[in-house]
Amino acid sequence: MTVAPTTEVSRLLREEFDSVLDAWFATQKREGVRRPDLFSDRESRRQLSDLLRAFSEALSRIDITEAVDIDADNWSELRMALSEITLVRTERGVAPWEMTAFMLALKQPVFEMLSKNLADRTDRLLAEAADFGRVVDALAMHINEYFIAERDEIIERQRAEMMELSTPVVQLWERVLTIPLIGTLDSMRAQEVMENLLNSIVEHSAEVVIVDITGVRVVDTQVAQHLLRTAAAVRLMGAEAIISGISPKIAQTMVELGVDVGEVTTRPSIRAALAEAFRRVGFQISRIEDTRV
Amino acid sequence: MSEAASIYTVDKVLLVAIRDNITDTDIINLQEDLSERIVSEAARGVVIDIAALEIVDTFVGRILAQLSSISRLLAAETYIVGMRPAVAMTLVELGMDLPGSKTALSLSHALRALKAKGLA
Repeated sequence: MTVAPTTEVSRLLREEFDSVLDAWFATQKREGVRRPDLFSDRESRRQLSDLLRAFSEALSRIDITEAVDIDADNWSELRMALSEITLVRTERGVAPWEMTAFMLALKQPVFEMLSKNLADRTDRLLAEAADFGRVVDALAMHINEYFIAERDEIIERQRAEMMELSTPVVQLWERVLTIPLIGTLDSMRAQEVMENLLNSIVEHSAEVVIVDITGVRVVDTQVAQHLLRTAAAVRLMGAEAIISGISPKIAQTMVELGVDVGEVTTRPSIRAALAEAFRRVGFQISRIEDTRV
Repeated sequence: MSEAASIYTVDKVLLVAIRDNITDTDIINLQEDLSERIVSEAARGVVIDIAALEIVDTFVGRILAQLSSISRLLAAETYIVGMRPAVAMTLVELGMDLPGSKTALSLSHALRALKAKGLA
């Protein structure tokens, strides 16, 4: 391992640890990112000192005059300490910008101390301030990335859950299936819908499937295209598709868009579609006369 | 008769079973055999069972469409039956949704439909 040249910054963090810590703490307080409502003074100080210790250790090992790559192996300890604190703080409701400001608040006190200690050596002062600034910036950026990654994960998980929840194929009657579509129909979901539907047709030997779009918010040319392709695939399997839940508004939009449904059967409501489905598979619903009030 | 596809006569209906490993030449031979059998047996119904078919391309798709068009010209109503979900999705993806062909879920569905029309 290469030994980093001793810099004023790393000396400061090592020998004047407590005063740097106090100054950092004070800056955070002044900038309003300390969040005393969420963390006690003791807890906050412990977080800061853990982070500062990891920082100081990293600086004593790594030459920061070269390019800073926070994702590299030799930064892993500091990175872990930072991630841990970010996690703890965000779980209690600290906003992303506050967490970034929390890190950046270290700059000012260190710059002040540097300028005091290196007042007679301007070139070294500038170089060290610049290097130190770069490291803190990289850490702040790492915090942001952490947030983004966290959110992406949540979004991805919810998308997968939504996908599972939103494509249920229900058997309405012998040989009659329905798939109620809700929300938006993008290419990915359309594919999922088609797959589920076709497999269910085989499973139930269904002859009629009702694709209900009552819950679909917007029908544009792309959604219409997805629906018609689903209907075409259903027909190829030897079953028939009925698209139901076409509101007057959607009917007008579809015509304005120039969507031609061809031979696909459409019905305004799922009720009308069910009646048509019964007719095709040879069932009939009749009222029991005596029970009429 | 090629091995990749066989034509059987069931109740005046010609049943064509297509196997999965069908080649382009097989399918062209099938086209020829089928059209001759329709005429020689005066068949009014044809059922093409593609349940064994796992992979389709544009060529197979086109031949399927052609088979039903030829049969229709020779006065035999043609059903394509037993298509797998993956095959259906591929054909739609390729834009070949066989507009002129009739389809049914299975052989028995197709036979029932043909019987209802008095063609079987």
